[in-house]
Amino acid sequence: MAVTMAQALNTALHDAMAADDRVLVLGEDVGALGGVFRITDKLQERFGEKRCFDTPLAESGIVGSAIGMAMYGFKPVVEMQFDGFTYPAFEQIISHLAKMRNRSRGTVTLPVVIRIPYGGGIGAVEHHSESPEAFFAHIAGIKVVSPGTPADGYSLLRRSIETPDPVIFFEPKRRYWLKEEIDLPIETEPFGTAVIRRAGTTATLMAYGPMVRTCMEAAEAAEDEGWDLEVIDVRTLNPLDTPTLVESVQRTGRAIVVHEAQVFAGFGAELAARITERAFYHLEAPVLRVGGWDIPYPAAKLEEFFLPDVDRILDAVDRSLAF
Amino acid sequence: MDALVPDPASLLPPHPPVQLLDDHGELRESPDFPLDLKDEDFRALYRHMVIARRVDKQAIALQRQGQLGVYASLLGQEAAQVGAAYALAPQDWIFPSYREMGAALVRGVDPSAILHLFRGTWLSNHDPYESNFALLAIPIATQTLHATGYAMAAGLDGRDLVVLSCLGDGATSEGDAHEAFNFAAVFQAPCVFYVQNNQYAISVPLSKQTHAPTIAHKAVGYGMPGLRCDGNDVLASYAVTRQAVERARGGGGPSLIEAVTYRMEAHTTADDPTRYRTPEELAEWKARDPIARFETFMEGQGLLDDDMRAEIDEEAKAIGARMRSQITDAPHPDPMEMFEHVYVEPPGRYAEQREQLRAELDGSEEQ
Repeated sequence: MAVTMAQALNTALHDAMAADDRVLVLGEDVGALGGVFRITDKLQERFGEKRCFDTPLAESGIVGSAIGMAMYGFKPVVEMQFDGFTYPAFEQIISHLAKMRNRSRGTVTLPVVIRIPYGGGIGAVEHHSESPEAFFAHIAGIKVVSPGTPADGYSLLRRSIETPDPVIFFEPKRRYWLKEEIDLPIETEPFGTAVIRRAGTTATLMAYGPMVRTCMEAAEAAEDEGWDLEVIDVRTLNPLDTPTLVESVQRTGRAIVVHEAQVFAGFGAELAARITERAFYHLEAPVLRVGGWDIPYPAAKLEEFFLPDVDRILDAVDRSLAF
Repeated sequence: MDALVPDPASLLPPHPPVQLLDDHGELRESPDFPLDLKDEDFRALYRHMVIARRVDKQAIALQRQGQLGVYASLLGQEAAQVGAAYALAPQDWIFPSYREMGAALVRGVDPSAILHLFRGTWLSNHDPYESNFALLAIPIATQTLHATGYAMAAGLDGRDLVVLSCLGDGATSEGDAHEAFNFAAVFQAPCVFYVQNNQYAISVPLSKQTHAPTIAHKAVGYGMPGLRCDGNDVLASYAVTRQAVERARGGGGPSLIEAVTYRMEAHTTADDPTRYRTPEELAEWKARDPIARFETFMEGQGLLDDDMRAEIDEEAKAIGARMRSQITDAPHPDPMEMFEHVYVEPPGRYAEQREQLRAELDGSEEQ
């Protein structure tokens, strides 16, 4: 049946809560309302107020108290309402969630999942369209995930809740309504592996989250140019499946890394560096990065000029081929 | 008025701070804070305080001798810490700041385990689940949210368990303390916030942290009781904490206690307190030494004689000496352990980086 990303995520939360009594869902408006994007829809109704509950409006409090709940033995899945509202929780994530296991020499593990609807393209106000994944990918001790398809939305969220390590789960909010013909529950490729969404020979596009779809559209459009593009869905930023990326570039000789976030010091820089280090002699051109401009996320009427699209991606392919 | 909303007046802290032993060690019992202690409890409180001071002294000496990088002394706060920790049941938890050696000792944490953080051997070396004593928290007030979450979890689980969340006067300025107080109150979590007001956050006096009448008054805004005690009086620290703990245990929700005390030593061994406080002020607080006061009481009650004093001193010395050798004889930490505990399921690149470090180590051995 046709399942949207939002439905897949909601079903994943539902199934995880049904499978394990220790799974709790908490955050702002996740209870009666079901979350501002309805990802927690009906969870409170189904599992009660002890399993799915609203918290006061305080992101550090949400993550900090989830750390305590995880120490106790629960598996909290918390929602940050929007990407740009995550920052008050930064200290708890960086100084404690990511570091507690290392600090405790392995005695304290914190199986917390932080869900963050992220990225732009929905015509939102300021602070509702950002892509802060690079901040989190930089931190040792947490895993960072971003699904690009409904099937992965389900499967990766289930695995994120099961994994004993803390996970930052970036949900591509402009793809919440993206549909896929699948039957849930579904188990996709293992956590920590990248997937070749489209095999090709001309160049490799690499993306995660919202840009997977855009890259697929770019690859279709590129056929008119006679280009056969390979598209890789990175899926998990940390752990990162470097071998799959490198193997692809060794075949195609060209790599273009795509994300919504600003290019400067973005996650694409890590991908470009790793490919250059490992596939240097196979490269026909430098690894190119496609992303947002190095500016704060703009006002909604301007976001179409900020966000990478098919044209910006194909321009990069063109530049790569010109080398 | 909503029946669930408490009458604000009922939440106000007692004035003056609860004191059960006056400055001369005379017992002044209070009907509001009855003592449920037996002779062996009085002796245990005394013993814990003497050991805490000995351990503290030894730790400062170790720092002076270059064995520790830094140390945060609790001198003067023995009563505040021992009294509060002693009010807990075995299943209860403490979430400490970084100045909590006295509370750690009451929970049976090996003092050398705490000192390894300051030595730089490991970032911690005790299992919190064995002692119900969480890891020391360095970033100010962050631990108050972990305490609250742990208490919320115990509440959700229907477990008889109370959490003592330790923080200092400076920490009450942090946003996390506010969020922790608020979460605990909203969820009526079995959590007791225990603020040791030792008058200074490093060099900054309380008057520059808050304009509130007292720290305990802040409780009213969250809808929880504020309590205030003489933190240099071990019996008041115990009795006030005991009341808050039992209230939480009975489903009465959180409380905020302010234990008024004084840090007689520097903030840490890296600090110079002569730059921000006067010798007269220090002398005034030294005259209110918590151990001396309790000793007077114990002697007056016939609970302490020379033999017992000698016995406890011997024990304290032995604990101090053992701690000393555990620190000075500690092995150099294994560099390979740096990768060991970061993740349960480490990313693939850890294997490469481990190999690289191994090669560096082998290379340096060969030279």
